[in-house]
Amino acid sequence: MPLIPLPRPSPRSYGEKGQAASSPLPIAPVGQGNRTGAASPLRPASGEKVAGRPDEGRKFEIDFNGFILMPAATNTKRNLVTAALVAPAAAWLMIFLVLPFIAMLVFAFGERAPEGGYQAAFTFAQFARLPTRAAAFWNTMVLAPVGALLCLLVAYPVAYYLAVKADPRYRLILVSLVVVPFWTSLLVRTYAWMYILGSRGIPNLLSMIGFEDVRLLNTPGAVLLGIVYGYLPLMIMPIYVSLEKLDRRLLEASADLGARPVSTFFGVTLPLSLPGVMTGVALVTILLLGEYLIPQLLGGGKVFFIGNALVDLFLQSRNWPFGSAIAVTLVAVVVVILMVAMRIAFRVAGTRQVDLV
Amino acid sequence: MTSASTNDIEFRSVVKRYGSVTAVSDINFAVPKGAFMALLGPSGCGKTTCLRMIGGFEQPSEGTVYISGEPMNGVAAYRRPVNMVFQQYALFPHLDVEQNVSYGLRQMRPRISGAEISRRAQEALEMVRLGGFGKRRIHEMSGGQQQRVALARAIVNKPKVLLLDEPLAALDKKLRTAMQIELQTLQRELGITFVLVTHDQEEALSMSDFVCVMNAGRIVQVGPPQDIYDRPASLFVADFVGKTNRITATVDTGGASILFANGARFAAPAAATPSAGAAMVALRPEAISLKRNGAAGTAALSGTVTHRIFLGSSVEYSVDVDGLGDFLVTADRRALDDSDLVEPGDKVGLAFDPNALHIFPA
Repeated sequence: MPLIPLPRPSPRSYGEKGQAASSPLPIAPVGQGNRTGAASPLRPASGEKVAGRPDEGRKFEIDFNGFILMPAATNTKRNLVTAALVAPAAAWLMIFLVLPFIAMLVFAFGERAPEGGYQAAFTFAQFARLPTRAAAFWNTMVLAPVGALLCLLVAYPVAYYLAVKADPRYRLILVSLVVVPFWTSLLVRTYAWMYILGSRGIPNLLSMIGFEDVRLLNTPGAVLLGIVYGYLPLMIMPIYVSLEKLDRRLLEASADLGARPVSTFFGVTLPLSLPGVMTGVALVTILLLGEYLIPQLLGGGKVFFIGNALVDLFLQSRNWPFGSAIAVTLVAVVVVILMVAMRIAFRVAGTRQVDLV
Repeated sequence: MTSASTNDIEFRSVVKRYGSVTAVSDINFAVPKGAFMALLGPSGCGKTTCLRMIGGFEQPSEGTVYISGEPMNGVAAYRRPVNMVFQQYALFPHLDVEQNVSYGLRQMRPRISGAEISRRAQEALEMVRLGGFGKRRIHEMSGGQQQRVALARAIVNKPKVLLLDEPLAALDKKLRTAMQIELQTLQRELGITFVLVTHDQEEALSMSDFVCVMNAGRIVQVGPPQDIYDRPASLFVADFVGKTNRITATVDTGGASILFANGARFAAPAAATPSAGAAMVALRPEAISLKRNGAAGTAALSGTVTHRIFLGSSVEYSVDVDGLGDFLVTADRRALDDSDLVEPGDKVGLAFDPNALHIFPA
């Protein structure tokens, strides 16, 4: 909302202009400006205007900073511009997210047609069958948060180094290096891991020094490794941002008050970077809940996620209703996790004011 | 170890370099136990560097800093018996007032009990008159209150030395004056050594027992406030501490008299024996009294008033002195001369005691 600065009248000027209230305004009233079609519908108001003359008719409002807000007439225009800017994204979400979700919701209560696909019905049978995919749920619900936490453990020191220790001259380069892996498709990079962990990779090397039959690929460990590898940048960035804002003098103050470096970290650095940590963990966890690629390639059908189960149900067994039920359940879980995470993050960041000046 | 009993802080030949830049060099001074010392100087003079070397945030490149007679080289900040009130306070935004104050107590080893921690924190808060504010958030406190929280946080550990880095810079003038008095009172009550860093000469003069004036990384004068003001060791000190008029002059052979650039001649101050040759003379604005033109016969210099600035208790005049340029003259309004009656445009005479002249080699 565009603001026009309004000279704040000092209390003294009121006293001096004892007569002012009854005398004509020293400037053109706002209404006039509108009628004459002036380029700007607003003019700076005088002190008397602020003092409030209800009979004048309030064409504009003054906010608490002494700025004039746009009058209602142009507000409509502004709203149209806002609507035009938001519309593409809104339409996109409507067509490709909300409508398909509604379709899935409908499917979830239906039945599988004999030849596969969906057949109209209203039954909870699909939800009753959810336990048959308990392994997928279990893997996802365990490996996604564990993967996110592992990511956090690896990412925090990196983010800390980038934000606090790195030479400011090279910081930008180092930070962009974090993003460089995104230039190559995750598919290609995960494929590379298949070879590194596969029988011709590390196990082969280990066998040369006497460790026979080490299996790395298609284990939860391989999936976790892939997860940490793939999602690390997404964890580093929010933590880096929150650590970069950290005031170094707070660390000095902590040391000055007798805190050892470890106490300073747990007493000051970590609490103040919690918003970034929460953002990173929530982001990575949520993305991991829908992960398909990494368990597919590095879990090899042995360590599978809900995403893999969905592909299976929709494309192989063509059981759309059951797939929909699983997908809907997954969305519900994600929403709950997101809400809890937001609640915690807001409590941390909201009540703890981060401005330090 | 020699000075352990008398000096809380001692700098011996301390030098600090950052790469090729020398921040401070050849710093030598000692702060007696229980004294209030001010490090005064323009920004970039190295005073904050000195303070940070006491606090342990910087290590000297050469020389040694002693705290209570112990050499502190290589001793980390968290092991030093000093506490600091940071510029802009550096209060922990994620903790409330009481948690901020008790932060230092919670770091103590061996640990002290929770009850004892909150008792001492309360005590410190009472001391800065913030009792009852313990549960407030930092951002709910005004600037002056935050300043007190920072003070309470720093004194709660009962440090040997309290370091204050421009503690009053962010406060408005009235509050600043009030805090100056409060800091002095606090220092007397606690009996601990205070080291204050400031660029505000008024603050340094009004609070400290002695002032260490620094310029360009070196100490230029150390002494009690009155000495610094009345007997500046150099033109820089005369200029920086208080206002001063500079006069280009020549000292006659023998050093008995001074010839101003405009031809006026004065006897050299009784206390000084200046060396002959080109000199700069400093004269305080309040050492001059203005005489209206009629009485000019008794005045040493003459000129025309160009500006008159009313300051309440005093009046400041700009006077264009014949042959010497602009002079600043401050007149106390209760002074029994003509000062208060003088208007811009008036021809005036300037009278002063030649003993008030400070002569420095040019």
